[in-house]
Amino acid sequence: MSARSTVRALPTLVRVGFAEAIAYRAEMLVWVLSTTMPLIMLALWSAVAADAPVGRFDQRDFLAYFLATFIVRQLTGAWVAWQMSFEVRTGTLAMRLLRPLHPMVSYAVENLAALPLRLVVALPVAMLALLLLGTARLPRSPALWGVWAVAVLGGWLITFLANALIGCLALWTGSSIKVMDVWLVAFMVFSGYLVPVELFPGVLRTLVAWLPFRYQIGFPVEVMTSAYDLPAALGMLARQWAFVLAFLGLAAIVWRRGLRRFAAYGG
Amino acid sequence: MMHTLLRYLRLFRVQVRSSVLLGMQYRADFLIDGAVSFFWTTTALVPLFVVFHDRPAVAGWSFAEALVVVGWFTLLEAILEGAISPSLTAVVEHIRKGTLDFVLLKPADAQFLVSTARFEPWRSTNLLTALAIWGVAFVRMGKWPSLLGLCAAVVLLASATLLLYSLWILTVSAAFYVVKVDNLTNLFNSVFDAARWPVQVFRGVLRWIFTLVVPLALMTTYPAEAMLGRLSPLALTGSVVGACAFAWVSRRVWLGSLARYASASS
Repeated sequence: MSARSTVRALPTLVRVGFAEAIAYRAEMLVWVLSTTMPLIMLALWSAVAADAPVGRFDQRDFLAYFLATFIVRQLTGAWVAWQMSFEVRTGTLAMRLLRPLHPMVSYAVENLAALPLRLVVALPVAMLALLLLGTARLPRSPALWGVWAVAVLGGWLITFLANALIGCLALWTGSSIKVMDVWLVAFMVFSGYLVPVELFPGVLRTLVAWLPFRYQIGFPVEVMTSAYDLPAALGMLARQWAFVLAFLGLAAIVWRRGLRRFAAYGG
Repeated sequence: MMHTLLRYLRLFRVQVRSSVLLGMQYRADFLIDGAVSFFWTTTALVPLFVVFHDRPAVAGWSFAEALVVVGWFTLLEAILEGAISPSLTAVVEHIRKGTLDFVLLKPADAQFLVSTARFEPWRSTNLLTALAIWGVAFVRMGKWPSLLGLCAAVVLLASATLLLYSLWILTVSAAFYVVKVDNLTNLFNSVFDAARWPVQVFRGVLRWIFTLVVPLALMTTYPAEAMLGRLSPLALTGSVVGACAFAWVSRRVWLGSLARYASASS
């Protein structure tokens, strides 16, 4: 599996992944509906902020924050853990191993190919946000938009690699859905998905800074709502990519060791 | 009529016995599930702490009172995990593989058979967590629920369970059209998750939806209010009637979806 053949296979993989996303569009709709939690939290926090602002957040700040959260979540979705768990259990992972292409690459491209459909959902929300809030909260400098783009990519990479890592555990245990459930709970609470990280009380905030979750959603959202100036944003970006590299290393090790145990039952 | 009822009771006993026997094979799961759901519940309390961090009350609910709602949410979660979810997740798998045929062939009501197929009471460790949460809440308030309030709460527990079950039946009915389990359970969980907040914190359309369309209010807020001794009798009767109506609708939808079922394997 040379780099060149991988690159040559990419367009086809993207086409297949996109066709798959179209074929399972009802599933996609269900998934999108299940990511509407930021909108529910928005309603909640607006009620809380009705009398007095919470921290520096008034009602409109919450509106900006949670609409941005919804958009970033659409852009950083990955579901490899479920895919791998299923394919290990049914033995169909063997099919992927036979192809002259690293399975992780094919998973990644499949997940990314669903992006255009997700943009269809995210764009109207972005329009709505612009309409309701204007551009006052968006970052002014193009450099910050550059940081935002890299941050979204980093957020997606952490999500994807964590998924892959947990998916690999299925090679030992047969199913890793339960581990994924625990991960998801921690993700929802500590990523800024339900509560802006800024609002956490002291100790928790320090803890959150050392966990990967914040860099999946919270950080890109904060950049998008102008919570940082450029130096601060770059500092956070460096931390985010440190997590990306750590997860990449870990996933690679676990994948290699786990694969030796794979027996393709039933496949 | 009596005869049918007895027959279904006997069937129910058989189903429970077989699922307990099956479950005894996975004893280790008890510990893992217990640890997982404890972690779940405590972590999920964090947003509540943040909301109440520097204010005494939100939408008329103090922290301790909101905890009572969380207690109800946790209790319903335990019921869901132990009695409702295992069976109904199995149905979705049946639909996907086409093995629902074997259930449909049996001479008993299909909804009854699939709903009682699996019980996993050892998954209900959240039951204890719910009791602990209530304990903390009422100690903080320095008062205990009245007898009348408790009676109303028990009635509401029954109607809330019926509602939860009906919601699940509706979700499963969707599986006849959409066939990926994970997505459906995710959707169900993320909607149900809003029930951890008193419904009064939501305004406008959302509150209306959570009371009448997806009646989360009837499942956690009203029982909590009954325990706190401030639920009106009207709301109590409304909940019971509403739960029955919801069960009826979900039954219709289930029968309608079943009529659409075309076995996947044949």
